[in-house]
Amino acid sequence: MSDAETAILFSEEQAQLLETAEAFARDKFPMDRVRARIAAAEDFDPSMWREIAALGWLGVAVDEAIGGSGLGLGEVVAVVEPLGRHLAGAPFMSTTLAAQALMWAGNEAQKRQWLPKLCEGAVAALALTEPHGDWNLENLTTTVTENGDTLMLSGTKTFATDAASADIVIASALYHGAPALVLLEKAMLAAARIEREIVVDETRRSYRIDMNGVGAPKSALLNQPETRATLAHIDHAACLLLAAEMCGATGGVIAATVEYLRTRKQFDRPIGSYQALKHPMVDALIAYEGARSHLYHAAGMFGQGVEGEIAVRMAKAMAGDALAFASDRAIQFHGGFGFTYDCDAHLYRRRGLWCEAQHGDAAYQRRRLANLIF
Amino acid sequence: MLSQKELDEFRKEVRAWFKENAPTDPGFLLPQTFMEVSTDDQFHFLRDWQCKVYDAGYLGMAWPKKFGGGGQPQALQDIVTQEMVRQKTPFMVNTIGLNWAGPLILNMGSEEQGRAYIPGILSAEDIWCQGFSEPDHGSDLANVRLKAEREGGEFVLNGSKIWTSLGQYAKYMILLARSNPHVNNKYEGMSFLLIPMRIPGIEVVPIRKLTGEYGFNQTFFANARVSVSCLIGEEGGGWQVAMATLAFERGAAGGQAGGHSMMSKETADVVALARVAARNGRPAIEDPMIRDRLVQFIMEERAAELNAARARIKALNAERPHSIPMSVKLVRSEFQRKLCQFALSLQGASAAYYLGDSHAYERGLWQRAYFNAFSATIGGGTSEIQRNIIGERVLGLPKS
Repeated sequence: MSDAETAILFSEEQAQLLETAEAFARDKFPMDRVRARIAAAEDFDPSMWREIAALGWLGVAVDEAIGGSGLGLGEVVAVVEPLGRHLAGAPFMSTTLAAQALMWAGNEAQKRQWLPKLCEGAVAALALTEPHGDWNLENLTTTVTENGDTLMLSGTKTFATDAASADIVIASALYHGAPALVLLEKAMLAAARIEREIVVDETRRSYRIDMNGVGAPKSALLNQPETRATLAHIDHAACLLLAAEMCGATGGVIAATVEYLRTRKQFDRPIGSYQALKHPMVDALIAYEGARSHLYHAAGMFGQGVEGEIAVRMAKAMAGDALAFASDRAIQFHGGFGFTYDCDAHLYRRRGLWCEAQHGDAAYQRRRLANLIF
Repeated sequence: MLSQKELDEFRKEVRAWFKENAPTDPGFLLPQTFMEVSTDDQFHFLRDWQCKVYDAGYLGMAWPKKFGGGGQPQALQDIVTQEMVRQKTPFMVNTIGLNWAGPLILNMGSEEQGRAYIPGILSAEDIWCQGFSEPDHGSDLANVRLKAEREGGEFVLNGSKIWTSLGQYAKYMILLARSNPHVNNKYEGMSFLLIPMRIPGIEVVPIRKLTGEYGFNQTFFANARVSVSCLIGEEGGGWQVAMATLAFERGAAGGQAGGHSMMSKETADVVALARVAARNGRPAIEDPMIRDRLVQFIMEERAAELNAARARIKALNAERPHSIPMSVKLVRSEFQRKLCQFALSLQGASAAYYLGDSHAYERGLWQRAYFNAFSATIGGGTSEIQRNIIGERVLGLPKS
């Protein structure tokens, strides 16, 4: 094994972000508020969002020259992990990833117009997935065609998180037979049918967008030659941040379950004293620690060619399995209470299922990894 | 402090020496650790190898010159150890001497003990074994029953110790014995002794392992008499010395003699096996299910390495600072067992071969490695005990 494969580079910035974000998430997302958000009318709490913007977290990985702080996605990990631990619902990941798409493929005008706004709290969404459900982002049926000076879109995008409240949506579509990205402003989406999807993770706001009839000026296209590289970049970035979110949630569900096992009594003993529950909790802890080490390794390796991609996919596979196991056992170990909606265990399990369904589950990542490694 | 350039140059020199001098295939299967030395051929081969490394100045480099060490910085020894691991050279057979007895004597022993014992530890002339575990008290080390009764200037030893690897070759033993049975607290009343093995009243009886081989022994003590000068630490303070010794072994304290003590199998070895093993007329590595398992092993192996790296970063261990270090033994030993098991299934019909059949893949090394892997999942506290300890001390769950 080379040294780079086993090193973790943890920056001072990451340490500070981690500490601040943990305190913020603990304060803003206590479980009763997470549950209240599920039923709330608006997609997110605007005052909380303004605070996130004021903390500068929306520009962590955006170039300094254009309003960000010029750090990398590795630093964003330190923000997302605590948010994931507290099951935060906010358009943070969608906005962060859309900003990455703009940085990679946006033209100068698009970048100047939108990146500073995204750093200040404008909301952006990505619309990459389609009804066929394929994780390959280049498998597209949505099209964008020229009609005189305007572009016309046709097709359906799914799982466009936070799209209804987004100021811009960046959608993928075939343009002259090749993948392209289009920046759609809110006004252009007036012609679209945007329907809220009922999704497994109720803390998420996810939308299905029927693009038929949506038109946009030609200037809405991002630099097409950059599309494939940008889609790959978004895929890797999403895997990294989803891994962070899942690691955080795994830490959260382990802490919550341990607390229950310490206090709940059956047959006159705290149930955590039974090895049948204690030992699987240790296995959950070990899976969590391994996943977290992979996560911060991948954070440091992000963007470094094939090695970076391997690190990121490993992080997502490990975190996916860790959260699946810890949250699945959390439901079981809560006994009858675990079967009720009132028990929080299913919230973590649902978060895990959502994150696994985004950008490839653990088995899919392992398949991609095999092709990269062997 | 040595400069990076000096360290790099030293590494180059070491790398070349081991390339040039590493022993060639002896024609028989070597053990993977000191616990598996079961034939005289194996023992002499490994002892010669340690002696050669020591003579070249690559062992005990940081130990005091007056005792036969090199008196050099530990950083140099660490480089040598890394290169030995990298080049997969045979391990240093006097493991107990180098990793337990040596550091103990250097830290707590007298000048006289240093002169008497350290040179022979380094050259492998004096092999050491350890007498901690006893029959019936597998995972509970403090439950020592072997009696050491004081009679004038001597201790009279009665009882038995088990799992004494290298006992048949050892000249000395580090022994944890009960010198005072009349104590309320089982952690008191133990004494730690450095004793000679070849004296009347000590008998070493080989134990046949599940592999069919030997390597472990049971050692019986019947009125064996040793001088009180064998004592290290206070009489009755044996438990503290034993804990310090275990800390040396885990590398928690400095002063390691260096040289690696185990030739572990890694996923890279299993990947190599998957390239030559056949499935449906194709290399096994092309089979999607096998690829999936291999990737999983690679990720777990890397997780263990990355855990070690992350354990050094305080901010990333704030919630449970002892989680990673306390899980190392459980994680690594269970991983090794699962890896060996998978390596067997990769061999197809040939998985049925066993040690001794010349057609077995790598002379049956994987078959042996699988069975021997249980020594680590059982020894030093079984995986089940480890899960209790981690569950209680790291997660804070109630005692079972």
